[in-house]
Amino acid sequence: MGHILQAKGIHKSYTMGKQTLTVLRGVEMSLSAGDFAVIIGASGSGKSTLLHILGALDKPDKGTIEFEGQRLDQMSNGRLNQFRNQNVGFVFQFYHLLDELNVLENVLLPAMIAAGPVGWLQCKKNVQNKAISLLERMGLNDRLPHKPYELSGGERQRAAIARALINGPRLLLADEPTGNLDSKTGHGILEVLNELNQQGQTILMVTHDDRIARQAGRVIKLSDGKIVS
Amino acid sequence: MIGLKLSWRYFLHRRISILAVISVALCVFIVVVVMSVMNGLVNEFKEKNHRFVGDCVIRASSLTGFPYAAEFIQQLEKQSFVHAVSETVQGVGLMTRPGSSWNVGIDYIGLDPVRHSQVTHFAQTLGYHADHPERAFQPSYAPEMDGCILGIDLILYRRPDTGQYDSPDRPWPTQRTISSFPLNPKGGLARAGLDMVSTKTFYYSDHSHSGLVKPDGRTIYLPLEQARILSGMDAPLVRSSTIHIRFADGVSVADGVRQVQQLWQTHVQSCKDKPYAEMLDDVRVLTWQQDRREFIGPMEKEQLMLTFLFLMLGIVTVFIIFVVFYMIIGHKTRDLGLIKSLGMPASRVAAIFLGFAAIVGLIGTAIGMTAGCLFLWKINAMENWLYDHYGWRVWDRAIYAIDQIPNAMEWPVLACVAAAAVAACLLGASVPSIQAARQSPVRALQVSQI
Ligand SMILES: Nc1ncnc2c1ncn2[C@@H]1O[C@H](COP(=O)(O)OP(=O)(O)OP(=O)(O)O)[C@@H](O)[C@H]1O
Ligand SMILES: [Mg+2]
Repeated sequence: MGHILQAKGIHKSYTMGKQTLTVLRGVEMSLSAGDFAVIIGASGSGKSTLLHILGALDKPDKGTIEFEGQRLDQMSNGRLNQFRNQNVGFVFQFYHLLDELNVLENVLLPAMIAAGPVGWLQCKKNVQNKAISLLERMGLNDRLPHKPYELSGGERQRAAIARALINGPRLLLADEPTGNLDSKTGHGILEVLNELNQQGQTILMVTHDDRIARQAGRVIKLSDGKIVS
Repeated sequence: MIGLKLSWRYFLHRRISILAVISVALCVFIVVVVMSVMNGLVNEFKEKNHRFVGDCVIRASSLTGFPYAAEFIQQLEKQSFVHAVSETVQGVGLMTRPGSSWNVGIDYIGLDPVRHSQVTHFAQTLGYHADHPERAFQPSYAPEMDGCILGIDLILYRRPDTGQYDSPDRPWPTQRTISSFPLNPKGGLARAGLDMVSTKTFYYSDHSHSGLVKPDGRTIYLPLEQARILSGMDAPLVRSSTIHIRFADGVSVADGVRQVQQLWQTHVQSCKDKPYAEMLDDVRVLTWQQDRREFIGPMEKEQLMLTFLFLMLGIVTVFIIFVVFYMIIGHKTRDLGLIKSLGMPASRVAAIFLGFAAIVGLIGTAIGMTAGCLFLWKINAMENWLYDHYGWRVWDRAIYAIDQIPNAMEWPVLACVAAAAVAACLLGASVPSIQAARQSPVRALQVSQI
């Protein structure tokens, strides 16, 4: 299969006062459709930074990122917003669900943002059905009206995965999705991700758990700001 | 859609938003109540002043008066923009009660009650002759005698608590003697020796209640010709103190006064060669506002001051709202990061919090307005209750010359206050909202939740 994502010569550094911290120094990597790749590396090695850049949440200082032929590094902010909304699903370590919305509404959020006020009225029914079936797949069919703070950690993360999938993204990015969970619950989340991958979902995940890394199809090791394997 | 939903949810979920609503409501309440009462007092006061004089007043600046008024009045009465004209003679004097040692300094105004009532609301201020000003100077108990109309506080007792006067059904027989120094056209005493002072006794025929402190408290109205004799304006040259003019319907005060000024210039020119023509130089043609400036001015200044104070209150409100939003958005930074990571453009993110501010503003304004209107509606009842139970009068009736606290609500004022309150909320929220919306999503997500 062809490359879905190709990054070349990615540099990123942070400046704080007089000090400059170079985190990424020429990352080269690519991802094929259907991959389940895992980024590992020491804490502070820049895994999250790289994931954010690949998901168009952040911009590299230097380098090119091509997503299915589109150059992310050349896009305007407006186009990047649209790109993230349509093509990328994020799963974060701390779930980041909105307490003001219930589980179903949290899952619908990306679709509502995509549709805009007028479009939403037209597609509401379809999207809602899709959200409900996603939540069913995540085993949350009886928690739709609940607020996120009424859910357990694992349930929250599964709701967050449903939210990441609602717009049918080409790429799912997960930053230590099990980092905040006990190993058994974490295992459940991994099973969900594995299942999604088997259905064709391309996944790029950050972890520093070696056991998880061993199960993955592909391991990308980040060290000293570069990919070493 | 989602923006509005989030605005509303943030509003419901943040207890601090209740504080914001309360602060907006309180400010709106105070502004509405005080502005309405103050506006009411000022308008009522201006209205009373306008009713006391004509739309235009031609006034001598000296107690000696000015000559040749009759010709000018005839000329004015031919003008289509003039409705009615009335001249007066004014002077200062001493008032005594025959057979008593009591005396008091007064202003006397000589006028024709019928003509003066066509120009001003004079007839309506009368206690017994509102419908028959032509008989205002005929004492009912001695119709053949010369009557006088006393300022109401010179004759009747006003109850300090209710502000009402103890007024009998008809004037009772009593007399007042007025003494005055007649002045010659040069401003000197008209007569010498024992005859230096003019004195005449008048019979109480009516009283006048204008609602203005000075006319009600120290003015006595006399028949025009009697006043002329008292003041010395009868000879050797007939003089007057003022000419009051009421304009025809639809003529603006400014327009009318401009025309009178032109006519007056011509009149002064035509009198140039007559004796004492120089007395006309000290005569001014004024609008009613200019003529009553001395009284209206301080009130307007107070109003301006109050408006300024409310402006400061407005700034405080904006600042409170600003702080509230700063805190709320500080609490919500990670949410904002998330929403942006899901692809919402910065403008829509800012709109969420501006929507939130608009909700706070609208609800706060609605509560403040409702409370303010209710308060105004019941303000007199509440003030009376305070007086009945604790003997406390918030507004002294005698000082403010009012029967009731004015509580008319003016829609333009209410609309301005409401618009300003909502605008203040949006202004207070705009800085933190825009700042939050422009934040990079990665940064916002890294912020630890407060
Ligand atoms: N906004 C920032 N400003 C300054 N330095 C930053 C910023 N974000 C990250 N860094 C620094 O960049 C380096 C890489 O951070 P990053 O979060 O990518 O590491 P990581 O590999 O994800 O670590 P962990 O495994 O602990 O999550 C760290 O040393 C971090 O301190
Ligand atoms: Mg990380």
